[in-house]
Amino acid sequence: MIFQDVIFYIFSTILIVSALGVITARNPVYSALLLVLAFVTCAGLWLLLEAEFLAITLVLVYVGAVMVLFLFVVMMLDINLDRLREGFWKWFPFGALIALVMVAEIAMVLMGKHFGLEQMPAPEAQAADYSNTKELGRLIYTEYVYPFELAAVLLLVAMVAAIALTLRQREDKNSPNPSEQVRVKKEDRIRMVAMPSEKKE
Amino acid sequence: MEYLQQLFDQLFGTAWGAMLFSLATNMTFIFAIVVPLLLGVAYLTFAERKIIAYMQIRVGPNRVTFFGIPWLRGWGQPIADAVKAIMKEIIIPTKANKYLFILAPVLTIMPALAAWAVVPFSPEVVLADINAGLLYILAMTSMGIYGVIIAGWASNSKYAFLGAMRSAAQVVSYELAMGFALVCVLMMSQSLNLGDIVNGQQGGSMLNWYLIPLFPMFLVYVISGVAETNRAPFDVAEGESEIVAGFHVDYSGMAFTVFFLAEYSNMILVATLTALLFLGGWLPPVDIAPFTLIPGFIWLLLKVAFVLFFFLWFRATFPRYRYDQIMRLGWKIFIPITLIWIVVIGAIMQLPDSIRNMAPLNVWF
Repeated sequence: MIFQDVIFYIFSTILIVSALGVITARNPVYSALLLVLAFVTCAGLWLLLEAEFLAITLVLVYVGAVMVLFLFVVMMLDINLDRLREGFWKWFPFGALIALVMVAEIAMVLMGKHFGLEQMPAPEAQAADYSNTKELGRLIYTEYVYPFELAAVLLLVAMVAAIALTLRQREDKNSPNPSEQVRVKKEDRIRMVAMPSEKKE
Repeated sequence: MEYLQQLFDQLFGTAWGAMLFSLATNMTFIFAIVVPLLLGVAYLTFAERKIIAYMQIRVGPNRVTFFGIPWLRGWGQPIADAVKAIMKEIIIPTKANKYLFILAPVLTIMPALAAWAVVPFSPEVVLADINAGLLYILAMTSMGIYGVIIAGWASNSKYAFLGAMRSAAQVVSYELAMGFALVCVLMMSQSLNLGDIVNGQQGGSMLNWYLIPLFPMFLVYVISGVAETNRAPFDVAEGESEIVAGFHVDYSGMAFTVFFLAEYSNMILVATLTALLFLGGWLPPVDIAPFTLIPGFIWLLLKVAFVLFFFLWFRATFPRYRYDQIMRLGWKIFIPITLIWIVVIGAIMQLPDSIRNMAPLNVWF
């Protein structure tokens, strides 16, 4: 148990420091990379809770796909740091107010009667052959199948909307049609000419 | 083993002794995987140069030898290359972001090696026999892209950045097709554990391997694997003729070599996974006497070498894809094929038992 505690504290420290780094780093690329670190350590913490499917999916989806595209965009932006920091103090009270509201909300949830060791005792350790993935799949496709499908449709709608907003039909583009290119036969392009051989002078 | 465990218990007490003992055994295991892997990488570069040379009617490396033994000519080449790479200076460009520039190769090699943790080499020999092995490998290989992106950005050079952008878009696209192809394998084996997947292909002969019912998925997986590892003909991330060397144009010495190591160990990983998922892993092609006598590990090695040969063959044969062609292949061809195949497999799995037990289907389902 001692060993796990040590790992827990190491991971939590890294998580908190990197999460603080995300909002304090000056360079947006650093922020994005620190967010990646936060995700990875968070996945480590979930592994400690025996939620291996969620932990690996977190890495797979957020680290492997979402943050890659995020980083992609952040690196493409030409960010002027001085202009970003302009008006910081002007907006500070507003930001502080929002932060306070969020802290209060989190506190209301976490300090309420639904959380705490009495209501939620530590889960019992499962046997080695217990498959978290299988259990999760069973729940998703039986008990929670409608919420799951709804979420899927929601994502699909978002995807279709994003494509519809960015798709432009350009008239002046000159892109080749691959299926036409593949269908081309030798006879269409080459003309064989029978020619008598010439003598060398 | 028992004796060592007791020794640890006596030295550190029962609480810490067990932990330290498992740490020590795991470290030994890790070295037992990583050292042969890196040697394999070194000799894969040699094999690549030799095979491509013979395909192009050349001889390839034929000078460096060990202790002047004449018939080993050329075999010392990878070692000599490694020594040269270690001795060379690592140049960091003035305007580069120093920390990220150094971090990038590390981030590339880390997932390339970490993914090997769940790969089984024979029925019992596996470092971490976890339930979600395949997911873990997908997660690890998807992290490899960070090294490329960070390298391209930290170099502060246009060519490097263009290479990184190309690579990021390409890898993210092909990951989807790869993941869908793997979903078919999962549906067949009903397990995420790599050992269970291989055991699911047992049954007398190579007809039982997932290669046959999932043949389109096999092709999709191998081609996506080539694209994921940025190998020719999908190597637009490097694209010597367009952007010099892409994301690692500013790297030199060992920093460059680490990228190289990661690329080749990823190649071996994809080949091993292909062998495990589609070619029956350590199972012999036919369960008859001369084949069953050969240990399973040798069969696995043979299959990995077979797939790796294709990787090298592709490089010697195909011209590089144009970028829009790569994207078209990934999004408009592979993803629809995989989605259709998932539906087909699902439909077959839902057929009534009387039909599923008929002649060709009962071999696999």
